[in-house]
Amino acid sequence: MSTLLWLVTVLGGIAVAGWVFRFAGQTVTGNAPRFRDMPYGVAFGYVLGVSILAWAIWYYFQPVTTEQGLPNAGVMFFRWGVQGLIIAMIAAYVFRFLGRLIGTANSKKLFRAMPLTAAFGILTIIIYAIFAIFADAIAPYGQEQIFEQANVLPGGDPALGGDPAHPLGTDQIGRDILSRLIYGAQNTVGIAFATTCLAFALGATFGLLAAVLGGWLDQLLSRAVDVLMAIPSLIFALLLMTIASVWASEWGIPLTIFMVVIIAVIDSTRVFRLARAVGVNIVVMDYIEAAKLRGEGMGHLIFREILPNATAPLLAEFGLRFCFVFLTIAALSFLGVGIQPPLADWGTMVRDLAPFINFAAFAPLAAVTPLLAAGAIALLTVAVNFVVDWMLHRSSGLKE
Amino acid sequence: MSDPLVKIRGLKLEGRSDEMWMPIINGVDLTLNRGEVLGLIGESGAGKSTLGLAAMGYTRDGVRISEGSVEFDGIDLLTASAAVKRGLLGKRIAYVAQSAAASFNPAHKIIDQHTEAPTQHGVMGRNESVDDGITLYNKLRLPNPETIGFRYPHQVSGGQLQRAMTAMAMSCRPDLIIFDEPTTALDVTTQIEVLASIREIVEEYDTAAIYITHDLAVVAQMADNIKVLLKGDEVETADTRTMLSKPQEEYTKSLWAVRSFERPAKPAINTGATPVVSIQNVDAAYGTVKVLEDVSFDIHEGRTVAVVGESGSGKSTTARCITGLLPPTKGQILFDGQVLPASYKARDKFQLRQAQMIYQMADTALNPRMSIGKIIERPVQFYMGLSGKALRQRVDELLEQIELEPDKYFNRLPSELSGGQKQRIGIARALAAEPKFIICDEVTSALDQLVAEGILRLLADLQDKLSLSYMFITHDLATVRAISDEVVVMKDGRVIEQSAKAEMFQPPHHAYTDLLLSSVPEMDPDWLTNLLNERGVDNIGDAAVDKM
Repeated sequence: MSTLLWLVTVLGGIAVAGWVFRFAGQTVTGNAPRFRDMPYGVAFGYVLGVSILAWAIWYYFQPVTTEQGLPNAGVMFFRWGVQGLIIAMIAAYVFRFLGRLIGTANSKKLFRAMPLTAAFGILTIIIYAIFAIFADAIAPYGQEQIFEQANVLPGGDPALGGDPAHPLGTDQIGRDILSRLIYGAQNTVGIAFATTCLAFALGATFGLLAAVLGGWLDQLLSRAVDVLMAIPSLIFALLLMTIASVWASEWGIPLTIFMVVIIAVIDSTRVFRLARAVGVNIVVMDYIEAAKLRGEGMGHLIFREILPNATAPLLAEFGLRFCFVFLTIAALSFLGVGIQPPLADWGTMVRDLAPFINFAAFAPLAAVTPLLAAGAIALLTVAVNFVVDWMLHRSSGLKE
Repeated sequence: MSDPLVKIRGLKLEGRSDEMWMPIINGVDLTLNRGEVLGLIGESGAGKSTLGLAAMGYTRDGVRISEGSVEFDGIDLLTASAAVKRGLLGKRIAYVAQSAAASFNPAHKIIDQHTEAPTQHGVMGRNESVDDGITLYNKLRLPNPETIGFRYPHQVSGGQLQRAMTAMAMSCRPDLIIFDEPTTALDVTTQIEVLASIREIVEEYDTAAIYITHDLAVVAQMADNIKVLLKGDEVETADTRTMLSKPQEEYTKSLWAVRSFERPAKPAINTGATPVVSIQNVDAAYGTVKVLEDVSFDIHEGRTVAVVGESGSGKSTTARCITGLLPPTKGQILFDGQVLPASYKARDKFQLRQAQMIYQMADTALNPRMSIGKIIERPVQFYMGLSGKALRQRVDELLEQIELEPDKYFNRLPSELSGGQKQRIGIARALAAEPKFIICDEVTSALDQLVAEGILRLLADLQDKLSLSYMFITHDLATVRAISDEVVVMKDGRVIEQSAKAEMFQPPHHAYTDLLLSSVPEMDPDWLTNLLNERGVDNIGDAAVDKM
């Protein structure tokens, strides 16, 4: 009850402060339009924003240990978060600054108009790509290598239960987490990327084909897609994976290939829908008619005339779809039919280390272990979406 | 004389593009007295609409007022509070947009949208406002004024909707109405009706108006004063009669001169020659709806046949039959004496190459993702099989033919070109196939007059050089006069009249042709008044068409 009372008091205080702020602004500036026409909601927003900022600064400088000598986990995680954000901003800024100095005239121009979020996204994706491609060279140990000491805490400080040989610690059976994270980039990101590309190749081709040809082919494909979409996708994937695991052992084909194809087909239904909807709007344009009257074949129509005009929405979908595929793979791995151990996979790593999250209150360092893999997933998702947003903005700007 | 209703002084507006503020209007003054109509003319991009909106104290997103003042009846609109502006807009200042079809909310009945402003502003109650709406519909001579308001916007025609929108703007009896190209999207016969009713109602209620248009003949009928804008600068301002008879500036004179372009008549056709295209007794239908009935005409080498008619008369459908997009249900199309397969899918490359098309909207006719070079390259590559240097040379040659510098434009995207340049690219793409026959579908109707004239001259030159045949679809009789050799008049899917140009513009002709011809606004400011006196208000426009 007291919490509720407290919350109401604070919100009420901010509400009053918002009104006072606007009134003071109007009086001090002599009724400048900025304050005179300011809706109350905006004034409230300003005060709320300032209050939150003030609270954040106050909280950041709280002691990391409580009076009882226990670590104050909330403050620690908050500090890490803020520091991470500041480092990311600085890195993105430096990256963009370098991009503006080095390179050809075109690339310099590109970097000049680039928002900081996009620079951060590109930098993150580049780093992930380097880790994925050169995993063997970068990772200090193998992904399957088991050490004597299990559950070494991250941080590398022996006084706090760490080990300098394993900067991010080891997992519950003693494998080096840093190495597994790096190999995970290779496995998880590589497979998710391949799957998404395949889904797009299938979905976009059939979707645009349906849009151009129309008639019975359109009906056939669209209804088939409706049927596939009617089945809950995870359960459907699980069912198919179970069947595939039998085939995989029978024919000696790695299960991962089946997984790629199955997820790609299921996800391509969503891409089909989008590509068809976008395509139908483009097909009625006069330049398509001109191309048809020129006698162009289907390939030219789809890949030269329509596809370049459909890239903006398809790219946006790509960013989103990539994240979903990623999560689907993690989910399948969690259920035991996805990427098979001992291969490192971020989804599996989160699952394996998940119980440590319970230690957050008294041993923040232990709770970090599952968050490392989760953070890697989250960071990539955010980065991909930043880049896609920027590309969308650029392409729509060009169309104008 | 009392204070002016609208007083704009030194107004500068800027628009945001590429992260920079570019000037749109550089210091324009405007004074409008009560009950006065001011015509704003200029090409697209001259800033007429922006200025019209600024007179309401409003700017579109990404546009800002950087300097100057806008006063409405002594109220400074730029510093007025949002609440004061809310009280003015809709009640004392109203706006009529170019496309009524896009401006009405399709989900509500017309009368419900009509009553919104008066009830919101507390001018009158809903029932009173409905009665008032019917009175206004009566005054604007809408058919069935008692019931038309209870229809949905898609259930009435474009011209009627435009008048309903004028009625809506009138609903609070505003002091000022801004008309932004209210008749541009309409047919001539419909336009005249809308013009007559707008003029009448504005006079009756002594409303001041700013009338924005690019059509000089229209503004001559409507406005007391005319202000000419060019690229955000005022060129000149004068009362209508002075402006028409004695324009001062070079630019204004050039605008006036556009209408004088006319090609010399060509010698009579050799009756024995095989026509390039011969349309013989063609019927066509969309599904079960018949749209063409027994259409026949010939197009000879080096000649331009203009096909004239209102929207829905079957002009474009005839073109679709010729290109094979819509196979005719009856009749046939001959090319050089050979019967063409009905569907374009069955035609071979040679047949496809011979007939090319230029579209009305260059924006949708050019792939926005392809560079100019690639757009023109494709047909050359596709039909002629050229590649490498020879290909590039041919594209350069084509670009020179349409009077654009090859090196400058080769790598540009269509979005980086002006409307007239885009239309030129459309022409180059058609020429790239080296055709004998080109269908021009309303190629100049989306362009400003000066630019349109340039396109017409280019087409005429190309015809002389390459002895091309054109089928020129248009609803603009000035264009017909400028470029055609023969004229085909269509109505409701039939050919009504067909003759050489000289005969067409001289009586006697078919009653419908007569109506079409007399509905084209002329530069004479008394033209509309005279026409109304001569024919009576019930004998113009759609009403007259319906009587036929």
